[in-house]
Amino acid sequence: MTAEVYNRETEAAAPDRAVASARPSRVLSSLSGTKGLIVPAVLVAGWSTLSWAGVFAPNLVPGPAAVLAEISSLWASGDLTSHIGVTLTRVFFGFIAGTLAATLLGALTGYSRTARELLDPTLQALKAVPSLAWVPLFILWFGIFEASKVTLIAVGVFFPIYLNLVEGIQGVDRKLVEVARLNRFSRLDLVRRVLLPATLPSYVVGLRAGLALGWMFVIAAELMGASEGLGYLMIDGQMTGRPAVIVASLILFAIAGKLTDALLAGAARPFLAWQDGFGDMKGASHARNR
Amino acid sequence: MLAIDSLAKHFPNGVIALNDVDLAIDQSEIVSLVGTSGCGKSTLLRILSGLESASHGRVAIDGEAVSGPHPEIGMVFQEARLMPWLTVADNVRFALKDEDKATQDRKIADVLAKVGLADFAQAYPRQLSGGMAQRVAIARALVRRPSILLLDEPFSALDSFTRLQLQEHLLELWREERFTMVFVTHDVEEAVALSDRIVVMRGNPGHIHAEFSLDLPRPRKRTDADFQHWKEKITQSLDLS
Repeated sequence: MTAEVYNRETEAAAPDRAVASARPSRVLSSLSGTKGLIVPAVLVAGWSTLSWAGVFAPNLVPGPAAVLAEISSLWASGDLTSHIGVTLTRVFFGFIAGTLAATLLGALTGYSRTARELLDPTLQALKAVPSLAWVPLFILWFGIFEASKVTLIAVGVFFPIYLNLVEGIQGVDRKLVEVARLNRFSRLDLVRRVLLPATLPSYVVGLRAGLALGWMFVIAAELMGASEGLGYLMIDGQMTGRPAVIVASLILFAIAGKLTDALLAGAARPFLAWQDGFGDMKGASHARNR
Repeated sequence: MLAIDSLAKHFPNGVIALNDVDLAIDQSEIVSLVGTSGCGKSTLLRILSGLESASHGRVAIDGEAVSGPHPEIGMVFQEARLMPWLTVADNVRFALKDEDKATQDRKIADVLAKVGLADFAQAYPRQLSGGMAQRVAIARALVRRPSILLLDEPFSALDSFTRLQLQEHLLELWREERFTMVFVTHDVEEAVALSDRIVVMRGNPGHIHAEFSLDLPRPRKRTDADFQHWKEKITQSLDLS
């Protein structure tokens, strides 16, 4: 997992940088949103044309029309809503559980040296276990129903969040901590007013990576044994020889993953608007007060 | 009065950063510590600030021993060290507590006006030039109206024009507030322009090599023969060869 270290020295870095900086206009950001749709649109058009021309065997690669028809019939029967609902619920609870555990342990080992020396080696060792290898044990412990699936997802979510949080706390600029010490901050104030805001960017990176892994693991869990959910739908499509169902599930996974990630990023954005990075220069993100 | 008595600092790796330093600094006096790198001048300043502890000896303000950061002491570093997620006003607020919000707001407005940044209270650090950021750092150090201001090469990262401006500005603030200033610099001209007294330090181990009381009247003109004479004298004492 990559962890970004935010160790910025805004001071003195650019003595003549003027006060006003480029402000992203609404037009520009809405345009960049539209630009993201160009590649999928071209892909769908190409897929459509090739299917229509008969390049693909329809029993292996269904055309967009067949996939769309499959989605709408699943939607009409109400099956789609319940499959998506079940999968979302699993990801949600797994994500919450993984996030809570990672945040508690990460905060502890990031802040306290003793806790780090005590716990971190063990956690790093557990990280080395491929997460899917837990499956037999989880099924043995928690049965074949929801608990084992949610646990597996939580394990997947845990590590990127934990690693990024610890790295974020460790990477907080010592110089800023000294300013807090000079002003005789209590430990609590140091955490609340310096460590927390300084760690937030890498924590959000961890949350987003964790969510992505959550989606990965929900598929794994549902492929291995489930009677509902998008993963089950894929297996069902494979068993009954309906490729349109498989492709439809793939597309729904992509949409769900993208939407939940955008939701998370959007929720975090107001707290990270102060960042001064390369990505902000292109006016992609946020308006400012000046 | 700031009194430093037989101060020493040994680092765990065996390096003796300071050895037997004695110095007494009067209220409202401006003292520069100059010396080549590794002479212990920054370590001395960090001990005065309370960020670093001494191995031997003691520091006292008006006869009272100081250990750890002290409300009567403000400090400015080489970098502005502003919290990038806070506005200028909230960065200055960092130095205030135990006061209600209205009092804080008034003090912040006052000090920002003094450093000429009243219009930038709501700006974020990344929107400031290096000189402006350093002025915010000075405002944060002065907002509590400390009796002692410590500065660790505060202008060394700025361009020479901005540096001149900020030196003059600092003297203006000093004339109004009359705080004691201890100023670490490796710029001899800066030391001569600002100081009542210049303390030359040398390393291995860090110690005070010489002290010079400058009898130059203020405001000082950098082109005057006397000014040049002092510059020459201090530079020689630094033993740069």
